[in-house]
Amino acid sequence: MTALPTRKSEEWRYADLKAVEALWPPPPARLISIPAGQVREEVVRVTDGGIHDLRVELAPGARLALVILVQSGSYARVAVQARLKAGAHLDLGGILLGAGDATQEIVTDVRHDEPGADSRQRIRLVLDERATGNYLGRIAVARDAQQTDAEQSARALVLKRTATANLRPELEIFADDVKCAHGCTVGELDKAALFYLESRGIPRAEAQALLTRAFVADALSGLANSEALEVETGAWLGARA
Amino acid sequence: MLEITNLHAKVGDREILKGLTLSVKAGEVAAIMGPNGAGKSTLAHVLAGREGYEVTAGSATFEGADLLALEPNARAAAGLFLGFQYPVEIPGVSNLLFLRTALNAQRKLRGEAEISGAEFLKRVREESAVLGLDMEMLKRGVNVGFSGGEKKRNEAFQLGILQPKFALLDETDSGLDIDALRIVSEGINRFRSPERAVLLITHYQRLLDHVKPDVVHVLAGGRIVETGGPDLALRLEAQGYEGIAA
Repeated sequence: MTALPTRKSEEWRYADLKAVEALWPPPPARLISIPAGQVREEVVRVTDGGIHDLRVELAPGARLALVILVQSGSYARVAVQARLKAGAHLDLGGILLGAGDATQEIVTDVRHDEPGADSRQRIRLVLDERATGNYLGRIAVARDAQQTDAEQSARALVLKRTATANLRPELEIFADDVKCAHGCTVGELDKAALFYLESRGIPRAEAQALLTRAFVADALSGLANSEALEVETGAWLGARA
Repeated sequence: MLEITNLHAKVGDREILKGLTLSVKAGEVAAIMGPNGAGKSTLAHVLAGREGYEVTAGSATFEGADLLALEPNARAAAGLFLGFQYPVEIPGVSNLLFLRTALNAQRKLRGEAEISGAEFLKRVREESAVLGLDMEMLKRGVNVGFSGGEKKRNEAFQLGILQPKFALLDETDSGLDIDALRIVSEGINRFRSPERAVLLITHYQRLLDHVKPDVVHVLAGGRIVETGGPDLALRLEAQGYEGIAA
């Protein structure tokens, strides 16, 4: 990955290539390696842009809850490549909060190399003003990775119609006894829910903040204690309303 | 308490309310009955301030204040409560967080202090016991996984917690079985007091067997076309709406 990417490369199709050029070449990937049978939580926060590559390796039976929070005023990209050995479990939550003009991206490539591994991805994008948020999510199940259970859910909430969301799931399955569920939605705040809250006395701005906080909360459910991140995202969402 | 005069309102290009005049006094339980499409739910939504409902003429005042000039949350703080025909599910926002947020937002707007946690929980325990809603349900997302009857009981529960002055109940009886209807009716009856008023919007006499109205209004063609005592509801039930001039 030394050559500067172009628009022709699927993985960079929605990137801000001008910003990428200024950041090129990116720093080497950070390795998160969980030994067999071990359990860990990792939180990766990106608040000041840049290209961040993560290599995740889960040995047999290893469990990782990984939460990525991207909330930057300039171009930011977090790309995760995860390899799961037999019986490993990956819980990947992603929150991308965008305002202003910046493009931000979460790119995941989850590879089930061996049988019986689970992966669960919940990605939530909240986009305001002229922000662009991208999620490219690939799940690859190797030929003999039977009993794979992979789940991918990506949802974008567009607060203003000037914002842009690009969600692209990709499944590559070579085994036959697998469960792969995926869903992508892009939407606005539910007007009926908003009115319901307002009709009970909650001012509109506060009602919006409540609904957006609930929207991103799913992405934090893999963590034993998500309070700090809830406060952090809540502050951002509160300021948008 | 509530004075509506010559109210005209439209949804999109369609005029639904065409000169509706109605008065509800403190202490009164009034019922509005009428055929499908008469404008009953539109009236409820206009009074609560829902977007997309445009008032083109007329007025509505609540305790002397111009109701239509207020934001929906300010109407709630002033004491107006809308019981929804179709209560909304809100995943990720627990019933209790929602209600406490709403109650405190109302109190803040009225210049009152926040309710203490102990006082709030006391209210919650009392009301939930009466309405048969268990605490586990109340910790879940607003109306999430609730049956139709449970959603309506939750509306009655919110009425009990928020303690408004005026309950505007839009087809609270729809989707209720006999037991749930009795429970919800008890909730409404407990709410009755000389300082409060209730406006029940309904298709059927059934609810009025449990909650005895003082006045019955018939809404047809976007206007109140007849007003009478409880016997009017019985007559409508027997004869239908066809004989009512639209």
